[in-house]
Amino acid sequence: MIVEDAICSFCGCLCDDINVEVEESKIKRVKHACRLGSSKILGHSRIKAPMIRRDGELMEVSYQEAYDRAAEILLHAQKPLLYGWASTVCEAQKKGILLAEEVGGVLDSTATVCHGPSVIGIEEKGLPGATLGQVKNRADTIVFWGCNPAEAHPRHSLRYSSNVCGRFTPEGREGRKIIVVDVRETRTSKNADETVIIQPGTDYEVISALRMLVVGKGDVVPDEVGGVPKAELDGLAKMLLAARFGTVFFGLGITHSRGRYKNIDNALSLVAELNSHTKFVIMPMRGHYNVGGIGQALAWSSGFPMSVDFTRNAPYFNPGETAACDLLAKADTDAALIIAADAASNFPRAAVKALAKIPVIQIDPYENPTTLIAEVVIPSAIAGIEVAGTAYRMDGLALRMRKLVDTSYPSDEEILSHILESVRRMRAGEGA
Amino acid sequence: MKAIMISGRTLAQGAGCECKMSPDFLKAVSVCHLSREDYSSLGLSEGKNVLLKNDFGQAVLTPKVDAGLRQGMVFIPMGPWANVLVGPDTGGCGTPHFKGVEVDVDATDAPVRNIRDLFRGLWRATA
Repeated sequence: MIVEDAICSFCGCLCDDINVEVEESKIKRVKHACRLGSSKILGHSRIKAPMIRRDGELMEVSYQEAYDRAAEILLHAQKPLLYGWASTVCEAQKKGILLAEEVGGVLDSTATVCHGPSVIGIEEKGLPGATLGQVKNRADTIVFWGCNPAEAHPRHSLRYSSNVCGRFTPEGREGRKIIVVDVRETRTSKNADETVIIQPGTDYEVISALRMLVVGKGDVVPDEVGGVPKAELDGLAKMLLAARFGTVFFGLGITHSRGRYKNIDNALSLVAELNSHTKFVIMPMRGHYNVGGIGQALAWSSGFPMSVDFTRNAPYFNPGETAACDLLAKADTDAALIIAADAASNFPRAAVKALAKIPVIQIDPYENPTTLIAEVVIPSAIAGIEVAGTAYRMDGLALRMRKLVDTSYPSDEEILSHILESVRRMRAGEGA
Repeated sequence: MKAIMISGRTLAQGAGCECKMSPDFLKAVSVCHLSREDYSSLGLSEGKNVLLKNDFGQAVLTPKVDAGLRQGMVFIPMGPWANVLVGPDTGGCGTPHFKGVEVDVDATDAPVRNIRDLFRGLWRATA
């Protein structure tokens, strides 16, 4: 059987033209996907059974034993952290938010080690955005700032941005100006008309200089900013002003560097100023396929997009205090549920050491470093491949992921429902 | 040699990130990209490794020449090896500095630790 136009569940591009060949409930071949998507869809070795750590060793147990132990950990923790959520569907995320409310925990997503600063910057300034379809059909000038889609979002240029032909962009790459701003030359910069190499940590200054040049106050710009000569920046400002429809795509080069959310704030101001002259939009290059979805689900249920503390009477959001790395650094959490993410690989070492000291429940299809520090391991079905559900593309478009193959593993949503049932049963028992 | 470390995505890191316990993932992310000039000035050659060190930790990685990097800058694919060198401070916004990290880089004959070694002894460690 061939499943046509399946949606890829790797990155925020959510490419929706993937053909998947399925034989006897196994995926045999994948067409149209990039190397990253193919690798994920074709699959890897899985965690075989639920496990609980006893005397330092993970021992296989039944699903019900794992659900009960997970519930016990969450119920008895003062402030459990429920972290991850980027590689699962919104239906599971909704259930996780309910669980966080019921056990009185903090729910945080992988955005806090990724585009969290973008989320904060956008909250402060607002996002002059567009859909990827609009970019494809209209953008004649595209800036990739601190991002390398050629390696992180390999089909972005072919489906949505630099190289695609659209309704009003029939010449594709030939008709567009492509600009890359980065601290190094990358695969993406090989496809650029103009590459501006800045010194690490100077994004804020370079954006400020461009803002001055765009508003006609170039006389206040020094001869060199962030290692870039003023004449080069002036040329870049002119290219931006000459756009009929410009787009800035930005990545972790700008969110992970000095300035963090202020860099985004400043980039949003630059785009606002460009809109006094022409049409310009800006978009974060979201990594995991549904990291946008957890932001949406949290926002519609709590009013906040990440790092939401449900231990008080009302949802509370203060990233430097309620984000996962801050909680761990201050030993302000005493248990963790890690789902659809690998915290042990992606957190700074000090945060991983803090995580290893508290009971960790892992819900994931695959063994990874988080498994090595987990007390309870619950293997799950792969959302977006073995489970249907909703995911949000990097431009905020909600798409329905189809189930491609059958599985014997429970979905993230089912696992969370069972843990919630165990929590309610235990709480009723304790109250009785 | 003093250098500025940045971490980020690569194709091989992305293709291996759902099978992190595999040798392919180890090969993809336990790598330190350097400029050709820095590679030469450190006296590196086939079989030699680099030791990166700062106040937060240290990691032995396989060096690789990257023509896109300027002198004094090193790139490590995102993952547990790069994060050994990243500090926990989030500057009040929840996100650590994964890029722009100051490191000391030296040549070494020490081997690269595999992923299980990197996490061995961490569970419930009191130190």
